[in-house]
Amino acid sequence: MNYQTDRPIYLQVIDDIRQKLIRGEITPGEKLPSVRELAQQYQINPNTASRVYKEMERSGICFTRRGMGTFITEEDTMMKQIKSEMAAECLDSFLQTMQMMGFRLEDMIQMLTERYEEGREDNS
Amino acid sequence: MLESKDIVKTYGKKAAVDHFSLTLEEGHIYGMLGPNGSGKSTWMKMVSGLIVPDRGEIRYNDDIVGIETKKQVAYMSTEPFFYSYMKIKDVGKYYRDFFEDFDMEVFESLLKRMELDPELKVRTLSSGMAAKLKIAATMARHAKVYLLDEPFNGIDLLARDQIVSMILERFDDDCIMVISSHMVEELEKIIDSAVFMKNGSLVLAGDVEQIRAERGKSIADLYREIYTA
Repeated sequence: MNYQTDRPIYLQVIDDIRQKLIRGEITPGEKLPSVRELAQQYQINPNTASRVYKEMERSGICFTRRGMGTFITEEDTMMKQIKSEMAAECLDSFLQTMQMMGFRLEDMIQMLTERYEEGREDNS
Repeated sequence: MLESKDIVKTYGKKAAVDHFSLTLEEGHIYGMLGPNGSGKSTWMKMVSGLIVPDRGEIRYNDDIVGIETKKQVAYMSTEPFFYSYMKIKDVGKYYRDFFEDFDMEVFESLLKRMELDPELKVRTLSSGMAAKLKIAATMARHAKVYLLDEPFNGIDLLARDQIVSMILERFDDDCIMVISSHMVEELEKIIDSAVFMKNGSLVLAGDVEQIRAERGKSIADLYREIYTA
């Protein structure tokens, strides 16, 4: 994975895990790698790896069973929550760029609709 | 805990290390940063007991650095230190004779992971292979303090990734790891603490994420700022 140097690495790893969840590469209830394995997998400092799990536990994405390891939460609400969080981040960055260029909401809605229709035609 | 207190080391008139104080704790990987000639290697040599400070003292868990602490400190210098007639497997034997804590099994497993054939002659190795061998030999020790001087010098991207894996595999909560480099980008994701040195003195030391958050810039950008001024 390529890291941006100006954003905390633990956040970038959490993003990657969230994306894997959305894509179904990781499923609810699944056991996650140990902190050491996670550090190896992402080639990051083990303290950063342990922070990844701490933050994910705090936001309810995973939980730790003593002596068993860390697991992805099995509640449906968790997936919904991740999706809405990621959608919000995506929209924020979209809005920020569009507003910087001076587009108004009506323009954006129109452009977005056109773009969406184009995509549907291409796929059919 | 590894404590350096007001260390001075002069060569002729030039102070290589100049009133340098720093405390390092177990469970961390430190990046020792600074351009060539900022005193990183001199400090490492003093911690490993190869040279003696003119002033100040270095203590590892209350013991002054010397013969006793040497057993717990694994130091990898920038200079190559194998005889060219040796085979890779001989390097292991050579290390075993030198260091009580050298673990042949670990060495062999690291060689395998690094794709280094034990039968190869040291003389025939590419610079990337030689770098990997040097680190494998150092990391096969069960030391408490690991000092790696410029482990990423002159190697390609793939060898670098393998070296990073090796470092992470051998790192443990009860050890202190210090990696020096003047190539900050290489280090940014594997260190949790950064130590900036300039002209033999300490400029800044701290937690990497905290530095990033407080200063709003990457370690690489901060490096540029500190050393171009």
